[in-house]
Amino acid sequence: MTVDLGYGMTLVALVLAIYGGAAAAVGARAGRPALVESAQHAALGVFVLITACFALLTYAFLTFDFSVRYVATNTNLGTPFYYRITGVWGALEGSIILWSWMLGLYTLILILRHRDSARELYPWALATMLGILAFFLLVMTIAAPPFQRQVPVAADGRGLNPLLEDTGMITHPVALYLGFTGFTVPFAFAMAALITGRVGDTWLVLTRRWTIVAWYFLSLGLLIGGWWSYHVLGWGGYWAWDPVENAAFMPWLTATAFLHSVMIQERRRMLKLWNIVLVILTFGLTLFGTFLTRSGVIASVHAFTQGSIGALFLGFLALVVLTALVLIAWRWDALRSPGELDSIVSRESAFLLNNVLLIAAAFTVFFGTVFPLLSEAVRGVKVSVGAPFFNQVNVPLFLSLIFLMGVGPLIAWRRASLENLKKNFLWPVVLGVAAAAAAFVLGVRSALAALTLATTVFVGATIGVDFVRATRARLRVGEALVPAVGGLLRRHNRRYGGFVVHLGILLIALGVTGSHAWSVQTEATLRRGETAELAGYRFRFDDLTAVEESNHFKVVGAFTVSNGRVLDVLRPAKKFYPQEQSPIAYVDYRLGLKEDVYLVLGDFARDGTQATIKLQVNRLVSWIWIGGVVLTLGALLAILPERRTPA
Amino acid sequence: VRRLWRWLIPLAALPVLALLAYGFRVDPRDIPSPLIGRPAPAFGLATFEGTPLSLATHRGKVVVLNFWASWCRPACYEEAPVLERNWREYRDRGVVVVGVDIQDRREPAEKFIREFGLTFPNAQDLSGAVSVDYGVYGVPETFFLDRQGRIRVKHVGAVTDAVFRANVDRLLAEPGAP
Repeated sequence: MTVDLGYGMTLVALVLAIYGGAAAAVGARAGRPALVESAQHAALGVFVLITACFALLTYAFLTFDFSVRYVATNTNLGTPFYYRITGVWGALEGSIILWSWMLGLYTLILILRHRDSARELYPWALATMLGILAFFLLVMTIAAPPFQRQVPVAADGRGLNPLLEDTGMITHPVALYLGFTGFTVPFAFAMAALITGRVGDTWLVLTRRWTIVAWYFLSLGLLIGGWWSYHVLGWGGYWAWDPVENAAFMPWLTATAFLHSVMIQERRRMLKLWNIVLVILTFGLTLFGTFLTRSGVIASVHAFTQGSIGALFLGFLALVVLTALVLIAWRWDALRSPGELDSIVSRESAFLLNNVLLIAAAFTVFFGTVFPLLSEAVRGVKVSVGAPFFNQVNVPLFLSLIFLMGVGPLIAWRRASLENLKKNFLWPVVLGVAAAAAAFVLGVRSALAALTLATTVFVGATIGVDFVRATRARLRVGEALVPAVGGLLRRHNRRYGGFVVHLGILLIALGVTGSHAWSVQTEATLRRGETAELAGYRFRFDDLTAVEESNHFKVVGAFTVSNGRVLDVLRPAKKFYPQEQSPIAYVDYRLGLKEDVYLVLGDFARDGTQATIKLQVNRLVSWIWIGGVVLTLGALLAILPERRTPA
Repeated sequence: VRRLWRWLIPLAALPVLALLAYGFRVDPRDIPSPLIGRPAPAFGLATFEGTPLSLATHRGKVVVLNFWASWCRPACYEEAPVLERNWREYRDRGVVVVGVDIQDRREPAEKFIREFGLTFPNAQDLSGAVSVDYGVYGVPETFFLDRQGRIRVKHVGAVTDAVFRANVDRLLAEPGAP
């Protein structure tokens, strides 16, 4: 019953989406608004149907409807209520529903916002959105149907992947998918611009805020993913350059490049072609990411689910990329830009360099990710590309990018005079050098750490200089301090939102540098009452207890942490799930601004007298999460509608 | 010239797409076992009925050594009937199927054997030593040993009729022990 209803609704939605896409395209081409309007109704219908599918699947999860195969494989009677909801998108089929639902939602918002504001571009953008939506509905009907019968009906299900039983798993996929699907809208407008030949600024202005919104969610998704990795996976890290992490990171890099190059086109009418390419690349990379996660072509710790949908995704990726490139070839002449660079020392060239570096970073990540495949295809040799490659190549790129973050926003457009350079950069440079010197005096001997510190302080100082100067200007005309700062943030929200994002990146850079340069770890096997020591902390093994939970069995160790005085009792555990081959580690930690204490329970004696424990003192990691919060707040500020008119 | 040249732009995407398509033909998890061609590590276990089980007893035969567990769904459940069927078919032709149950408890494992009516020798690897010797990554994994007792093929995932027959027929066709 549930299966028939769900599958039926998916089919109808698919037909509606195909019809809507075609109607919008024909309507646009023949200039028949009635058809476009009909496409709008179809889009609404599609959204309602997907919502109903989603609700139906959620209901099946909540009621343990094991006649649905997807429910039977992703929950069991012991799965707690909370995780029965996250289980809905815990695996491939459900995540495709979530994905389609978000696409449907974005399509509706696009209709509401742009129905009247962009008459020429809008129908084609709508057609593109519905076409892409139709593809995902096709996946839902043939390759990964969430509504499939389980025969015979299972008495109990298999259960959710235990690693996904975490609060981060509610927000991480949702944010990530909102980011991924969000880039569909800029892509749809880019397609519309190419098809209509209106490759000027209209589509750019329309999509700029959409891109920030998608970028905001993608950043959030990446950060939550890092936090999940840090506190669930138990290896003490937050980023491993795993193919799937890379897959989400590449569109982030290209979208970041776009957000910057947009400003050059707005200001100088340059880089038309480049901007179109960046948008297409970003969207293509989101598809590529999904292809990577779901096809099983490249080995990854994240390959939670695999299906036969790889071929379908590759086909669609090929269709999208080839169509886009043919359109670009067709509009080649219109895409050439009149503007030219006046000087190497100018804001344009700083932004251009920023773009080159971001694309270089995206390319190295891409190259490292597909290299195992390339190596096997060309030489027949299996290799794996690990963190050292990515770190070695990307660290200089990212350091240069951070440096440019200080230069770009303050340097003059067109041609910077010596006066301009001195006025903006003298103090920041002095402060940066002083910071490096101070670090050296304090005993920092890692050249990389000192360099990062100098760059970070330099950029922080440029932001400070600009902000203080702008605030002073407002104080001079008689405003009070708080309204002056508030007004500045509000009225120039894009500029200052950008600055806040940059501050967030600086904090993240600090956290990454600190955790790489100064974290320490050790492993110890302790008998009850014995103590291990690490970095001034003492860890005493108190006892080991066994607990039976609703869907697993848990062995919990208790360790008293002290540094002179008792700080905390940490309880890392090992969870044994009947459906899993190996136990799942449950990390316990004590977070701090300077350092985190992080405990992972290893092996233990069955009688509870002895336990092996991995101890880590991770330095400055918390600044990554703080930086993440700052970054997302900055992005939110930049998303607010602009109010340039004087108050 | 320029007008024609630009139509070549889309071709730029083809190598990347081709590379990704090539990915379907290879399996990244298929890591070649370093044990291929080496003599199979010896072991001494006891079957569920209590009789001793070792490779030495089956010298000169083609051995299909299967690592399984009762919690391994669905792959172990898919291949169990395949193994039993082919064991019955080939047992008189110098082939033996040996099952090693790893990381498991006794009751569900015995239930698994009863459920599929397995008649080939099955033993529990309580210490895990055998699976370590064979470098078992996960279950199910199956090793095909030739008549000289060397590991010739490692198969990861459920064994199908085709996989079983192809490997066993090839090993049977080779000349036996000198």
